[in-house]
Amino acid sequence: MTSILRRKAERIDELAEAGGTSLAADAVKRMLHNPVAITGAVITILFVLLAILAPFLAPKDPYIPYDELRANLRPDYIPGPMDGFVLGSDHRGYDFFSRLLVGAQQTLIVGVVATLIGVTVGMIIGGLAGALGGWVDTLLMRFTDILLAIPSLLLAISIAALFSQGTQWTVIIAVAVVSVPVFARLLRGAMLSQRASDHVLAATALGVRRRTIVFRHMLPNSLGPVVVQATLTLATSIIDVAALSFLGLGDNNTSRAEWGLMLAQAQSLLDVKPSLAFYPAIAIIVVALGFTLLGESLREALDPKNRR
Amino acid sequence: MSLLQVRDLSVVFHRKGTRPFTAVDGVSFDVEPGRTVGLVGESGSGKSVTALAIMGLLPKRNADTSGEVLFEDTDLLRLSDRQLRDRRGRDLGMVFQDPLSSLNPVIPIGLQITEVLERHRKMERKQARVEAADLLDRVGIPDPNRRLSEYPHQLSGGMRQRALIAIALACRPRLLIADEPTTALDVTIQAQILALLSELVRDTGTALIMITHDLGVVAGLCDEVNVMYGGRVVERAERHALFASARHPYTHGLLASIPRLDAPRGEKLVPIKGSVADNIPWARGCAFAPRCPNALEICREITPELEPDSGGMLRCHNPVSRPVAAGEGVR
Repeated sequence: MTSILRRKAERIDELAEAGGTSLAADAVKRMLHNPVAITGAVITILFVLLAILAPFLAPKDPYIPYDELRANLRPDYIPGPMDGFVLGSDHRGYDFFSRLLVGAQQTLIVGVVATLIGVTVGMIIGGLAGALGGWVDTLLMRFTDILLAIPSLLLAISIAALFSQGTQWTVIIAVAVVSVPVFARLLRGAMLSQRASDHVLAATALGVRRRTIVFRHMLPNSLGPVVVQATLTLATSIIDVAALSFLGLGDNNTSRAEWGLMLAQAQSLLDVKPSLAFYPAIAIIVVALGFTLLGESLREALDPKNRR
Repeated sequence: MSLLQVRDLSVVFHRKGTRPFTAVDGVSFDVEPGRTVGLVGESGSGKSVTALAIMGLLPKRNADTSGEVLFEDTDLLRLSDRQLRDRRGRDLGMVFQDPLSSLNPVIPIGLQITEVLERHRKMERKQARVEAADLLDRVGIPDPNRRLSEYPHQLSGGMRQRALIAIALACRPRLLIADEPTTALDVTIQAQILALLSELVRDTGTALIMITHDLGVVAGLCDEVNVMYGGRVVERAERHALFASARHPYTHGLLASIPRLDAPRGEKLVPIKGSVADNIPWARGCAFAPRCPNALEICREITPELEPDSGGMLRCHNPVSRPVAAGEGVR
């Protein structure tokens, strides 16, 4: 794995010497030389692969109970590993291992969709504020201030509680709304500093149209921190989703295999079968760590101070 | 008739909680096609603000600009934003001080040239690329076709400034403003850039406003020099007249504070005492009086006017009479 990456790094080095390197290519190059970035990337890639391939990898159907397992279920006993069931049963006689695998997919979908919604809405708000300034800026930023003033988990809980029926979408929306103000402020700040930059002044002095200045000169230069934050938000989104599920505000389709939900259901069974809580918890931690490592090294790689 | 006539240009900055600050105060000068006019002064003398005011680049919200900037009888200060945008880049070009920060780091050099060509000369993408390579070639960048797809951080400092000049000249503006274009470059590159600018002015008939604090640049490039102090022009002279016999004590001081190779060993440089920060407003007396070795009683009482003086213009009650002799400082 690492030798492939090293060869890739060398190849990109050659390309860099041969011709133009953009900021992005430069950042990728630096990340391929950074062990932290590689660790983060490997975890992330494995997680994404697992999520995509989960339905094919799962040895049993995760959505039906098995009689062999149910036969052995008792209030004080849940079957552990047995023939054909790698990690044994969950509390209702489903195959725990298969549910854990499929859980990767559910968790990824919820995390990615929530983050994408957060990034999109946040960027629209922040971009408008940064590009237009004036009263538009003031209005939008006061709105984000209000959202930021509420502790994020409390905000997510309140939004989730607004919906009478908890579904996958209510969870996604609750988690997305929490990240909106962060992206809005981040993009606005970056756009404002771009607006005051020499190269934007130079473009203005060349009579370049305002639209072109915003989309070609200000926005691309402001995206770095947003990309970094999106990676980090993906990690916190996954944790937030788990937290909402844990608090009973998640998806009320309780048969869905989602790590947070599994963790929540396992809390009353800690003395009966602790591994029901242990594995989903470890999975959440590892995935969040992977995204965080990736995000942090991305931040480092995109830092213009590290550019030669 | 002059290409550009700046008449009584004043810029006042307003900021909440502080008193209005007059950065440029009644500056007037003319620029003829094919001529180079220098604006010289130390930091804070208002030379860059003058340039930004001519280009209409000052923030409207806290800068009040008054007077007239006549570009072929059109007052640039009265144009709408849209009209001004059509002029900038096409009629008026500007080269900034720091070539690295003045180029967009995330897009290749080529695109930064073609975007201006497409905007003002309505060229197609392909045609613009050919023209862009041609422009890079003209400002002395070797292998221009390859450079077009490179990013600013891949060029050397001198090449970046050449690229900026190419961008500014892309639409053959009739007026080019260069705001300290050589400050961020090392000395050999400075000489190359200055040679390039003077060659371009000669070949294209572009009028050039050269903003600098470096009298060496003035000596090499400018036909006429305006020396600014505290937002006003204090002396205007043809280049040779200025170096042969500077009349204003400030100009005199600037000349005396340049290190020279032919000075006797051990001679000290003569700096101008104080700094612009501790000046007095022009409203009462001469702003340079507190730092002036020639200051008289009248200098602190009555504001001097800019008046004709031996072929140039001078704002001084007690000018220096002797020419600066080689190796002699001001006592």
